[in-house]
Amino acid sequence: MQETKRILTGSALPGLAKGNNKAWKRVLQNWELYLFIAPAFFYFLIFHYGPMYGIQIAFKNFIPTKGIFGSPWAGFDHFIRFFNSYYFWDLLWNTLSISLYELAIGFPLPIILALAFNEVKNGFFKRTVQTVTYAPHFISVVVMAGMIITFLSPSTGIITHFLEWLGFNAPQFLTDPSWFKTMYVFSGVWQGAGWGTIIYLAALSGVDPQQHEAAIIDGASRFQRVRHINIPTIVPTMTILLILNMGSLLGVGFEKILLLQNPLNMEASDVISTFVYRSGLVDAQYSFSTAVGLFNSVVNAILLIVVNQIVRRTNENSLW
Amino acid sequence: MVSAVKETGRDKVFVICNYIFVFLAFIVVAYPVLYMISASISDPKLVGSGEMWLLPKGITFEGYERVFQNSSIWTGYGNTILYTAVGTLINLFVTLPAAYALSRKDFAGRNFFMGMFMVTMFFGGGLVPTYLLVKELNMVNTMWAIIIPSAASIWNIIVSRTFFQSSIPKELQEAAQIDGCTNMRLFIKIILPLSMPIIAVMGLFYGVGNWNSYFSALIYLNDADKYPLQLVLRQILVLQEMSAQGGGAMDASSAAALNNKAEIAALVKYAVIIVATVPVIAIYPFLQRYFVQGVMIGSVKG
Repeated sequence: MQETKRILTGSALPGLAKGNNKAWKRVLQNWELYLFIAPAFFYFLIFHYGPMYGIQIAFKNFIPTKGIFGSPWAGFDHFIRFFNSYYFWDLLWNTLSISLYELAIGFPLPIILALAFNEVKNGFFKRTVQTVTYAPHFISVVVMAGMIITFLSPSTGIITHFLEWLGFNAPQFLTDPSWFKTMYVFSGVWQGAGWGTIIYLAALSGVDPQQHEAAIIDGASRFQRVRHINIPTIVPTMTILLILNMGSLLGVGFEKILLLQNPLNMEASDVISTFVYRSGLVDAQYSFSTAVGLFNSVVNAILLIVVNQIVRRTNENSLW
Repeated sequence: MVSAVKETGRDKVFVICNYIFVFLAFIVVAYPVLYMISASISDPKLVGSGEMWLLPKGITFEGYERVFQNSSIWTGYGNTILYTAVGTLINLFVTLPAAYALSRKDFAGRNFFMGMFMVTMFFGGGLVPTYLLVKELNMVNTMWAIIIPSAASIWNIIVSRTFFQSSIPKELQEAAQIDGCTNMRLFIKIILPLSMPIIAVMGLFYGVGNWNSYFSALIYLNDADKYPLQLVLRQILVLQEMSAQGGGAMDASSAAALNNKAEIAALVKYAVIIVATVPVIAIYPFLQRYFVQGVMIGSVKG
């Protein structure tokens, strides 16, 4: 209000002290808003920025009795040890290949499903299919792992029985390293593809019906209308989600991997985050695993920034 | 839509193919769920041999009986209810007021706070420093270790902020302030009652997340009697601690008993999956529109 009044009266040079005063007045007037944000502020400060302070142990030899600050410096020793270890390339390869595999299958499928759902005009059928395909999203990762283990069991699993019924020799899904990634990716698709359609369906509901009407009059087939009207509508959503996915390339859903891991499939299933968990919390190599984790987060952050830059150069739908 | 224009032949083919595709997707998702339900009440012999593949065969409720007799499952259930209830209340207490403050354009410093929160989406301290912090705060092996470190999610704060920005008319706040209403009264008496949809969405998002989480319990809890349901499930389903482990020499009768035990263990697995998932899956269809609303609010770039 005062802002507009000042512009209207044309006082171009508000006194500096007066401006300061006003800012203070605004702060004081809304002091309760600071009370509102205090819990979240302290939560993020302590539980997100606090651990960032702890990252320094990646460059130290952490000794619990001396604490984070008092432990002696080690420079880049832990990083060098990690980069030179025989498992470094395996971990990096597993992490990247699982992520890219997941991206290649899990990213396009919700888009295709959403486009298909959108073409279903029967309301009851559409609602039923949507309710059912969204549901697996709510299954916990432990139950999911339990289902995978039971379904793929070499002696009693239903998928094993089904493959045998078809005349195939069912592979040892759970223990054969070459099947681990497929098992991981496709179970994830089963669980998440339906839920993933919601965001695209929301975007598709914004398509102007007049565009379709005009296209019909021009003689466009339904497939052509999907191709030239619906798909371009969801491209911005696709771009944003793709950037976010790229940013978490090294952050594969390790909770499920941890549950499906066993000594026999380790060579394909060990990723950076499970390695951090094992070396850090199971073997208590605090400094070393913090260094590995830091490497992971830094690569993630760089990937996110790079992908965002590339997208920003090519079109306007970047994150920032 | 435009029914006056007739569908051409190739459009019909497209529509039919589309229906088949959607129906296949439906079957692929629905079948495993139906199979689990059937398997949980079927004779484990028929399930294991693959004879039961769709509808229950040789109906038995022994799996559920065993589940209901198992004290660790009940302790886990109780713990999960407690952790979910307390955790979700704390989640809402941290998220909603902060989101409201951030939605106010006249809140000096909102960009600072928003920026501070957003950074954590892209960069964090990692597992071990977080663990050391929780340990330092003496929360290890208490319920607070699994509740407080996940007290809020930046994503949910953004979703709530977007809701407050787009659904609460600004005039309301201005009118209340002219009448001398404090921000506290405004928030509690006016804003919150108008925000039931977002309270429901947030309660559900956080609630389901708390119900389903296992990892923080795995790293922070030591006593088995504090384990939430998901950790008990992990023992039964993944580590298979209930199933019989073969070992040593045995005579025919104990081998048969062991075999029987393995079958019971398989039956229990299906039953326990159903028992653990039912609360979430059962309420979900009724609340589906809230969940969907939540995702959609989040998709509006704030």
